Amino acid sequence: MEGLDALLLARIQFAFTISAHIIFPAFSIGLASYLAILNGLWLLSGRGVFLSLFDYWKKIFAVAFGMGVVSGVVMTYQFGTNWSVFSDRTGPVLGPLMAYEVLAAFFLEAGFLGIMLFGRERVGRGLHFFATLMVALGTLLSAFWILSANSWMHTPAGYAVNDAGQFIVTDWWAVIFNPSFPYRLVHMVLAAYLTTAFVVGAVGAYHLLHDRQRPAARIMFSMALWMAALGAPLQILAGDLHGLNTLKHQPAKIAAMEGHFETAAGAPLILFGIPNAAEERTDYAISIPKLGSLILTHDPNGVVRGLKEWPKHERPPVGIVFWSFRIMMGIGFAMLGIGAWSLWLRYRRRLYDSTWMHRAAIVMGPSGFAALLAGWFTTEIGRQPYTVYGLMTTAESVSAIDAAAVGASLAAFVVVYFAIFGAGTYYIVRLMRRPPELAEPGLPAGEALLVTKPI
Amino acid sequence: MTMDLPLIWAGVIAFSVLVYVILDGFDLGIGILFPFVKIEAGRDQMMNSVAPVWDGNQTWLVLGGGALFAVFPLAYAVIMPALYVPIIVMLLALIFRGVAFEYRFKTRRKFVWDASFAGGSMLATFAQGIALGALVQGIPVANRAYAGGWWDWLTPFSVLTGAALVVGYALLGATWLIYKTEGELQRAAYRFAWIAGTGILAMIGMVSLWTPFLNENYMARWFGWPQVLYVMPVPLLVALCAFALYSGLSTKRQLLPFLASLGLFILSFVGLLISFFPYIVPSSVTIWSAAAPDNSLAFTLVGAAVLLPIIALYTIHAYWVFRGKVAASGGYR
Repeated sequence: MEGLDALLLARIQFAFTISAHIIFPAFSIGLASYLAILNGLWLLSGRGVFLSLFDYWKKIFAVAFGMGVVSGVVMTYQFGTNWSVFSDRTGPVLGPLMAYEVLAAFFLEAGFLGIMLFGRERVGRGLHFFATLMVALGTLLSAFWILSANSWMHTPAGYAVNDAGQFIVTDWWAVIFNPSFPYRLVHMVLAAYLTTAFVVGAVGAYHLLHDRQRPAARIMFSMALWMAALGAPLQILAGDLHGLNTLKHQPAKIAAMEGHFETAAGAPLILFGIPNAAEERTDYAISIPKLGSLILTHDPNGVVRGLKEWPKHERPPVGIVFWSFRIMMGIGFAMLGIGAWSLWLRYRRRLYDSTWMHRAAIVMGPSGFAALLAGWFTTEIGRQPYTVYGLMTTAESVSAIDAAAVGASLAAFVVVYFAIFGAGTYYIVRLMRRPPELAEPGLPAGEALLVTKPI
Repeated sequence: MTMDLPLIWAGVIAFSVLVYVILDGFDLGIGILFPFVKIEAGRDQMMNSVAPVWDGNQTWLVLGGGALFAVFPLAYAVIMPALYVPIIVMLLALIFRGVAFEYRFKTRRKFVWDASFAGGSMLATFAQGIALGALVQGIPVANRAYAGGWWDWLTPFSVLTGAALVVGYALLGATWLIYKTEGELQRAAYRFAWIAGTGILAMIGMVSLWTPFLNENYMARWFGWPQVLYVMPVPLLVALCAFALYSGLSTKRQLLPFLASLGLFILSFVGLLISFFPYIVPSSVTIWSAAAPDNSLAFTLVGAAVLLPIIALYTIHAYWVFRGKVAASGGYR
């Protein structure tokens, strides 16, 4: 019993620290790209308003990035402290991917961050823009490598097992581009962009509610809603493809997401219900006949496997997977709705005047973070009871550390994270409540790369 | 062609740990000295002297952890649980230290983040020193896992190494400030450097005399005949660096005290490597028995060989961009 408690505490600690962490990199992936675009637009058009926006979001980026860095260092060491058996056995496969993340991404971000934040006067506009691009590239490379490592744990490929029980690599290409990686990468990067767009949109909307004429607020609001209008449908498509990939490699996860216990031809799509793991059925289900099979197999009478296909100890916890999947989906479609609404308002030329839209955009501001966490809960809890899918269980992976020690460290992480990241979030919100400075002076005549007429 | 990849990688990881200790050493040292500078403008200058580079400096710690996981997974899987408490304390303390850079200039209640910066720096350093001392003492291993108790890391020796690292980083911080500042803050930094320099030399002496008695291998390495002839240059060079430090401080040189302090750190580190070799977990696991298969080492080494020189270039460039004496404002604001 004591061993089980230590395992549960270690799992809660990992879930807590990584959930707190992923919020910041997701935001900084999106914001770094947005900053690079703003910086580029400033150099192209010469309009000071883009520089004002760059400086405005740069300050917010610095705080979010700082929180991502300090919570990320924790992750690097937590594999070893709390998941030492996992580390010993998967190190030869996953370690190199993470080493590449550090070498290719973290150093790039950190090396150019100082210049991006403080160095524009010292290095000039061109090199400063280059530094901004490198920071953005670093965030994307980081996503590439860490999602490759994460995906390998879901869909292991290109490996063998040696005498010491370690996974060893037979084919690096197969390891890196394992079957679920491309889908996960696209889905996650789009999620980061959408999450950031809804934050930027909410801040723009907030300032438009106070003053509709503010050019910086108009520009950020419009850019954010273009991202929503284009990104949300793409994300739903990417999510569907990712789901089909999961059906192929982790059908038990799909069964939990859908709330299917029975294997059925022509399975329904369960919109809502209460999965009852003990009785092995979903109570009070509201469902649409045959749609489940149609979506998953593209055939109304296709066979969809239910959780009863697997012995109980190989099934993921169904309730939390079922619900977190619905939260993610619900937010995704709400984002789609906002995007469509924005297109309609643009067509009517009322985008900056519709206070209802502005209010809705503020409400949706933090929604991306909720969707992101719900999505990760779905995929990570849905692959239980394994850390390396089908090959190594979570229970086998854990370090033999006393429950008391893990409990103490978990309590310390919870207290410190709420205090420190609570303060950081407060500072970020306070930065957002200030309107962007009135436009900086534009570039001197003739220095903009594209000559545009003043608007 | 056969290359001894585990040996090469042991060198690469030793190099990144050394770079981390030196670079984040002066960042953390500035945090350790923070409570001793009462004037707010002086504190602003101290923080701005490292604000543009601290994140890059800390990345070497992430590389150390990541590379250990990749290349010596068994060592990573043994050392981290063995040092569970000091590692977790270090990680938490680094959070307090790191966010202070961002938060401090965003509030009127600066004292909160001053305390966070100073306390975080001090605690992180002490935990690193304890972890180092515990590693030097040795870590028992059975069945590819840590086989000791949960409080083994806490001994008089590890407390001494913890305290020594605090004093050592304070010396790096003080001599960095001598190099980067002027006026009143620089005068204070000279004073700090005198005290910390004397303290660290005493502590290097104590740790060096104590270490050989921890373990027979260490004793043979340092006092056996004829090995003593090979290791003799280390203490001699330490004496040389001590002389350079004191003469630099008394003649008010700007850069020499920092270089002499770096020399002391590098020599202490080399001394450790001499004691450890060929173990990565003294005296349980050698670098060859901890190593992942050669193809993992080779694959990662290609990346390191290409990327580390590029990293060195743009890191040096960042230092060059922010060269010269630091102004009171111009960092985070």
